[in-house]
Amino acid sequence: MAVEFTPEEVRYVATLARLKLSDEEVASYAVQLSAVLDHIDAIRALDLEGTPATSHSFDLVNIFRADEVRPGVDREEVLAQAPAAEDGRFRVPRILGEAP
Amino acid sequence: MSEIVPGWELTVGLEVHCELQTKTKLFCSCANTFGSVANTNICPVCLGLPGSLPVLNEQAVEYAMRIGLALNCHVEPSIFHRKNYFYPDMPKDYQVSQYDEPINRDGSIELPSGTTVGIERAHLEEDTGKTSHMGGGGRIHDADYSLVDYNRAGVPLVEIVSRPEITSPEDARAYLNELRSILVATGASDGRMEEGSLRVDANVSVRRVGTTELGTRCEVKNMNSLRSLGRAIEYEAARQVELLEAGGRVVQETRHWNESTGSTSSLRSKEEAFDYRYFPEPDLVTIAPSSSWIEQVRGALPPMPGDRRRELTAAMAKSNPDLDASSYQDQIVTVVDLALDGLVVGAIAHGADGRLALARGANEAAARPDEARALSVEAFVELLGLETSGKISATQSKAVLTEMLDGHGAPSEIIKKLGYEGVDADALGVIVDAVIAANPNEWLRFVEGDERVAQFLLGQVMRETKGQANGKLVAEAFGVRKSR
Amino acid sequence: MSDTTRMTATAIAAAVRGGELSAREVASSALNLIAQHEGELHCFNVVTSEVALAQADAVDEKIARGEDPGPLAGVPIALKDNLCTRGVATTCSSKILEGWLPPYDATVVTRLIEAGAVSVGKSNLDEFAMGSSTENSAFGASKNPWDTSRVPGGSSGGSAAAVAAGFVPIALGSDTGGSIRQPAAFCGTVGMKPTYGLVSRYGLIAFASSLDQIGPFSTTVTDAALLLEAICGHDDRDSTSLRDTPTSFVGPLAEGIAGLRVGVITDFLSDADPLIVTAVRDAAGALASAGATVDEVAIPELMSGLAAYYLIAPAEASSNLSRYDGVRYGLRVDGPDVAKMNAETRAAGFGPEVKRRIMLGTYVLSAGYYDAYYAQAQRVRTMVANAFNRAYERFDVLLGPTTPSVAFQFGAKIDDPLAMYLSDLYTIPSNLAGHPAISVPFTLGEAGMPVGVQVFAPALGEQAMFRVAKAVEDAQQAGCRGPVELSAGASR
Ligand SMILES: [Mg+2]
Ligand SMILES: [Zn+2]
Repeated sequence: MAVEFTPEEVRYVATLARLKLSDEEVASYAVQLSAVLDHIDAIRALDLEGTPATSHSFDLVNIFRADEVRPGVDREEVLAQAPAAEDGRFRVPRILGEAP
Repeated sequence: MSEIVPGWELTVGLEVHCELQTKTKLFCSCANTFGSVANTNICPVCLGLPGSLPVLNEQAVEYAMRIGLALNCHVEPSIFHRKNYFYPDMPKDYQVSQYDEPINRDGSIELPSGTTVGIERAHLEEDTGKTSHMGGGGRIHDADYSLVDYNRAGVPLVEIVSRPEITSPEDARAYLNELRSILVATGASDGRMEEGSLRVDANVSVRRVGTTELGTRCEVKNMNSLRSLGRAIEYEAARQVELLEAGGRVVQETRHWNESTGSTSSLRSKEEAFDYRYFPEPDLVTIAPSSSWIEQVRGALPPMPGDRRRELTAAMAKSNPDLDASSYQDQIVTVVDLALDGLVVGAIAHGADGRLALARGANEAAARPDEARALSVEAFVELLGLETSGKISATQSKAVLTEMLDGHGAPSEIIKKLGYEGVDADALGVIVDAVIAANPNEWLRFVEGDERVAQFLLGQVMRETKGQANGKLVAEAFGVRKSR
Repeated sequence: MSDTTRMTATAIAAAVRGGELSAREVASSALNLIAQHEGELHCFNVVTSEVALAQADAVDEKIARGEDPGPLAGVPIALKDNLCTRGVATTCSSKILEGWLPPYDATVVTRLIEAGAVSVGKSNLDEFAMGSSTENSAFGASKNPWDTSRVPGGSSGGSAAAVAAGFVPIALGSDTGGSIRQPAAFCGTVGMKPTYGLVSRYGLIAFASSLDQIGPFSTTVTDAALLLEAICGHDDRDSTSLRDTPTSFVGPLAEGIAGLRVGVITDFLSDADPLIVTAVRDAAGALASAGATVDEVAIPELMSGLAAYYLIAPAEASSNLSRYDGVRYGLRVDGPDVAKMNAETRAAGFGPEVKRRIMLGTYVLSAGYYDAYYAQAQRVRTMVANAFNRAYERFDVLLGPTTPSVAFQFGAKIDDPLAMYLSDLYTIPSNLAGHPAISVPFTLGEAGMPVGVQVFAPALGEQAMFRVAKAVEDAQQAGCRGPVELSAGASR
């Protein structure tokens, strides 16, 4: 079964991923990702009913840290790495919408 | 089920985010404190620096379990997911939260009115940083730019999601108030809405009376008091009814409550698409509390507000069997909300009059709950006893209580200091006789049964004693002389 | 001053600890060779001469004070440039992180310093470790020291090339789908991916969190074991870090392989280059001669690993790479609002392969595709681990090729992502299962390029894996491993 990743889907996914793509990139990703998806599509045909999904190699449980304060990083050292900072804070252009 | 507009029913579900009072953040060892200098409680983990990894705070898990058990939930094995969306207050551009396997599920809250509201889940997640909008009007829309402080990023939250079973603005307020009391009782939260320790979002929908399917809901955000929660729900319900009655359609969206205009508005930017692409957080492992841990946490929980209201009601019924319980239910709710029930129940147990103890608790003490909680039961009992026996008046008693809340000592000392013991029974008799002698006509009308002059005569005695006389004793003195 | 660039890490540490060589001499020797040949090979994004000399001096001072300088005393090492180093630029070979100075060291970096190692630079990689050739580095590809017209493999190509060139006897890489073993095979070095959770990932810039592991490059199996000993062990800062794991790998090498059961994975022999198939069979024969029992085993489930990997890894990567948004560090390309700034920054800062994988991962996680793709891939992962574990009921270790072919020419696969992805066919299953595996140079194949043989072991089976790897090494063809003669190698 051929999987087709349409240019519209590429654009929608790019919006979700906050990537600005040129028209050429949209076109080439549509072709390349369709080929990759076509290859990986084979796993959909595997009958894995009853096989649990693994998100970790090992079943570790209850890995905790004690609730004790430890020194963090120096604010100036971190802000010095920021593209823009002001008044001890990270500066960003205007935000159009509220957090979802 | 109340109808907010005739013919329409309201359905509300509340999502409450509760900051946990841990010493450190959820996934790193930075201090969890409110009001620090910007970006001073930060480290590679809570800044989402490349290469950093989260490690879960055990105390946060225990607080979450306390909350779940206090809300009658099942504590279950749980995992974290990543909720992916871009926002500058979120250092990793995903929030580590619990999704379809939350730590607490299927609980309930019983409101003081007896109504029960189901709790769908109470899960752990991390808070975001704080954005300040600069320039323009200082609000998000008209700002020139924004500044971000990540001190709050990664602070542990428990999000408590109710079932859509709330049917009036009053019940929404009662639910939030009850939830806050429970959260404070567990020790997991300070309950301070004004500092953002508790934040509430409301999912509001309306439907025509008689229909069963829920209407399309809107999520209302930015209510920061019980009062604004009630107002916002009322406004939003009315807006939806008006829209539907005009033949329109409710669009599912997030709306922002504006306190000053008293209205909600849509703030979503049109081109933005949201698809959170939840998937299990690979950097964290399963939380699977043993049954012994769960039972140990359950066993250590103090009595919850509902239990305490029942206890106080029982104490009242025993102390004042003649009183109708409905007449003092509101006072009981207030006293328990402010955690003054220990004082009041203690006083009743030590022989204080229940009605008086409850009234002082729900009024004077409630005005200054922090100080009131520090009072000793013995001192409170002593004060109430002095008032009951008539040694001091109600007015004097309230004044003494105020001094006690100021930390000025035992009731007996305060009474001495204020001179309330100056007018003893003998001295009062002399003054009463003098007032009668000076006002013969009024006295005659009083003796003939004209109760209206009683107030005048009492006032005269009070003037003579500079307000120090006990009104009850004065009335008794007049009564004795009237019947002579 | 003696040239120490042909010495193993084991030999250098012994000489430095014994006072026969100073750490400064060793560091200077390495830095000199790098200065001569780095221009031809581009192994490093940055060479940290000052850091190296200071660390070397610290080792020499410890020795002068009579303190233990550590098991890697004075051994020069290259660090893949996705390992955070405090105050030293850490870029992941991406423009989006260019110039970023981390405020902290990765746990492995801290442990290496404690062990006395001397870090000479940050080695080149495919951007964010996504690739198999280092051609995806934003700062230019590294060259294979055996033949500079060929790729060194990737993503840890800079580390592999640095060891193959003799710049350093050991290096660290990271392996998400073969990124240590594949370049090791291409460059004729040893490269090993540990059991997931044996080495802390704290400070390793994430590509796919559930698959990433840091591991050693070296010229000999013994050096790889020595380096692993220095960096392994529990770390409180990594929730997936295992406790109570083996800590000794060099000592058990002496036990040999008599009685060990080796299974040759036949599924990996059907599509590989014939010379590589011959190499695997010859290695199996050598193991049998050394006392192991050798048999064949079919594990067809492993062949589904590649497809699962190209769902899981991009999915996790798409989320891990969201944070490069122009707000807190790294590149920013301004825009009228924050969302446009994010999108412009990411468009300018990420290269084509990274964008491709972010797109793929975002797509497979989005509503409607999660169950069909991502969840199914996670079930394949279980299937792969179960299949391996069934094989390990009969065998102590498994044997196979590391790669389907030897190092290819620059540009051969860069425009065909799928062809590039297929070069990880034999390495990916170990990452999915979380199992250890090692590539050992065994012979020379097509065009005289080195061929690696891969030894697989079950979770925490590193000791048996190293013992068998050592036996493979003992039978290797002369001249199939680095360091190569640079004057000859570079001009070929
Ligand atoms: Mg939430
Ligand atoms: Zn932190």
